[in-house]
Amino acid sequence: MAAIFQGVGAAATLSSSPSNSFVPKKFLTSPRRSFSVRKVPSYVVVRSDGSVNFDLNSKSRRAQQLVANAVATKADSSAASSSSNPGHELLLFEALREGLEEEMERDPRVCVMGEDVGHYGGSYKVTKDLAKKFGDLRVLDTPIAENSFTGMGIGAAMTGLRPVVEGMNMGFLLLAFNQISNNCGMLHYTSGGQFTIPIVIRGPGGVGRQLGAEHSQRLESYFQSIPGIQMVACSTPYNAKGLMKAAIRSENPVILFEHVLLYNLKERIPDEDYICNLEEAEMVRPGEHVTILTYSRMRYHVMQAAKTLVNKGYDPEVIDIRSLKPFDLYTIGNSVKKTHRVLIVEECMRTGGIGASLTAAITENFNDYLDAPIMCLSSQDVPTPYAGTLEEWTVVQPAQIVTAVEQLCR
Amino acid sequence: MASAFSAAKFSAQPFPLNHTSTTSHDSSIVFAKPTSLFLGSTRKLRLTSSSKFNLSRRSGTVDAVSDVVKQKKSKSSPSLLITKEEGLELYEDLVLGRAFEDMCAQMYYRGKMFGFVHLYNGQEAVSTGFIKLLKQQDSVVSTYRDHVHALSKGVPARAVMSELFGKTTGCCRGQGGSMHMFSREHNVLGGFAFIGEGIPIATGAAFTSKYKREVLKEADCDHVTLAFFGDGTCNNGQFFECLNMAALWKLPIVFVVENNLWAIGMSHLRATSDPQIYKKGPAFGMPGIHVDGMDVLKVREVAKEAIGRARRGEGPTLVECETYRFRGHSLADPDELRDPAEKAHYAARDPITALKKYLIENSLASEAELKTIEKKIDEVVEDAVEFADESPVPARSQLLENVFADPKGFGIGPDGRYRCEDPKFTEGTAHV
Repeated sequence: MAAIFQGVGAAATLSSSPSNSFVPKKFLTSPRRSFSVRKVPSYVVVRSDGSVNFDLNSKSRRAQQLVANAVATKADSSAASSSSNPGHELLLFEALREGLEEEMERDPRVCVMGEDVGHYGGSYKVTKDLAKKFGDLRVLDTPIAENSFTGMGIGAAMTGLRPVVEGMNMGFLLLAFNQISNNCGMLHYTSGGQFTIPIVIRGPGGVGRQLGAEHSQRLESYFQSIPGIQMVACSTPYNAKGLMKAAIRSENPVILFEHVLLYNLKERIPDEDYICNLEEAEMVRPGEHVTILTYSRMRYHVMQAAKTLVNKGYDPEVIDIRSLKPFDLYTIGNSVKKTHRVLIVEECMRTGGIGASLTAAITENFNDYLDAPIMCLSSQDVPTPYAGTLEEWTVVQPAQIVTAVEQLCR
Repeated sequence: MASAFSAAKFSAQPFPLNHTSTTSHDSSIVFAKPTSLFLGSTRKLRLTSSSKFNLSRRSGTVDAVSDVVKQKKSKSSPSLLITKEEGLELYEDLVLGRAFEDMCAQMYYRGKMFGFVHLYNGQEAVSTGFIKLLKQQDSVVSTYRDHVHALSKGVPARAVMSELFGKTTGCCRGQGGSMHMFSREHNVLGGFAFIGEGIPIATGAAFTSKYKREVLKEADCDHVTLAFFGDGTCNNGQFFECLNMAALWKLPIVFVVENNLWAIGMSHLRATSDPQIYKKGPAFGMPGIHVDGMDVLKVREVAKEAIGRARRGEGPTLVECETYRFRGHSLADPDELRDPAEKAHYAARDPITALKKYLIENSLASEAELKTIEKKIDEVVEDAVEFADESPVPARSQLLENVFADPKGFGIGPDGRYRCEDPKFTEGTAHV
């Protein structure tokens, strides 16, 4: 476990915890968030007007340190290289491919199906060269028939294979809703547990750069009610590879949400084999004042806002929830109990999105710990327009996040 | 790829145009028959008009096989289609299907089972004719009219009846019901409520069979999958999409259409632009066969050929069985739209009566032997009902099992432990 803290001056530069490996949670002797222990001996509060206050008991603005680097997730500051191994640098789509390739080597039953995954190498190159290595049957180019080839993947999973079905764009999986809801999610139950469906359904989604309404959909909000599936969203090369591998190894059907704009993020990841726990959230930046829950691309908007917030004297705790279904109520709960204020920042629509469910879950479980109503920043209930300016206004921007935190911490 | 079909049945060249070797596993191919490394259509695109395109024999026969079989039968009486053992096996299976469904109707009206129950009376020849040719490792995929498919495949009558009663001893622990019969042991892959959604599942099972043989190198894997569905489904997108994929990759699957002319109250002729479903096979590059689905022997002959084709790796077949359901669509259907004359016409072609007649006329069995079988089946069905009656209903603790294969999927609770470790989970009282 990487200990990044260097006393007073350092910010938490952890973007991910390499201890999220195979060890089941209950066997970890130390709390998973050991990096939340702050060994800072004294507090200095620096107000925005420049005055300095040594108030230890002030509730709202405690633990003020002038932090030099508020943004944890910039590429080179990854904590993943805790071992003596230097690791290797790659882009997010390469990390996904690496994870997929490693799993395909490890288990010959793992196969890929989707449009243009084989010879074309995937529309975002996640499966580049895999067909050359593993053959056309293992990396299957399908005709344009989402419902049927997703169903075919489910049938293959029932009979012993471990398929990874790619939706060229997550929005296309709307055509596969029949199979995903009825068969993928429910078949294990309706068959009385006789058939498992160890399938992974993955693809790029989210709002890109002027891709238009239909290519900018957030399917996580539509799929979240389906019983029997797990949903995870990756946001860094480290957790992309880790989640891909964990999803493939899982016996449950897992939907892995990638984001169109994050494929070229660069990070240094470990050389050794690792997975990221599917059900755990990721502590991006520990803090004291407010809990900001986010996932996928919005993580970067949040961290950008965090820079501004820190300069204004706030100390936000940023958590990438990663597991969209089920929520990691432990990490989230601990944070709420500490900061008493919650802001959710998501890319889903206002109505019925992941944020709406998360708000409900937090209210249900942690209402007593809240000092203020939960704020949820989501995209507007608008079909994503093509025009760049309009598109920008439908999605949550860092400035709005800053305003929201200021409002929340008033 | 060398096709076992004679040249007359395929208008295309037997070898693919671009035989690119894209797999790295071509070193040790154990089995003798060649397989194509090229996954794709083996048909050339002809830009010049060819008279061959106007023939009905394009890529696959569209013969009405009933004629072929009739010929075979009348040729010489000593060459019978079945042996005595086979005859008795078929008869027993037909009677089991009929008796079971009749009992279902009784039990439904007595309030022992609920919901939507779709009975198979009259269509038994299709199930028996096809499924009795399968091995245990072959798979069957059906629709909501699936009781008899499960029984023919070998699922015990007790397990099916219990499932219908919603008891924990049912084949799906009472969690599936009439429309979701599954059996891992007998490879019954469901039981689906939405029509058409089972066809991709069947395609996937066939894909696994091909994958096991070609990628995992299990050389003797020749498992075949049968997909059963009705005439209404043949207008659904999933049907066409799967015909395409199965033919494209030569999957070991047989698409069996149980055309009983009615989709609840919608006549097949009112719903379908070209009601001859078997013709749609050749459009995708597979043979399309039409057979009299009320005659178990004719069905069996066609099934032998189709299943044999699939087992040899020659690809899929579309078989349209003309059949009829004697009862309504489900037990809730008043069945007012169908013409009594039509019902009478098919009632006269009852598959059980037909086989009985055949067995007796050809001295394969005596009346007494058949009566014994009927009696035996009656006892089996009675026993199934008794068993189901006495079986326990699912306990509360069963509620949350089987939602996930790995119950960690319920997530981590506020206390830091996985929610499935909470005792309320095993009790079934936790809220998820």
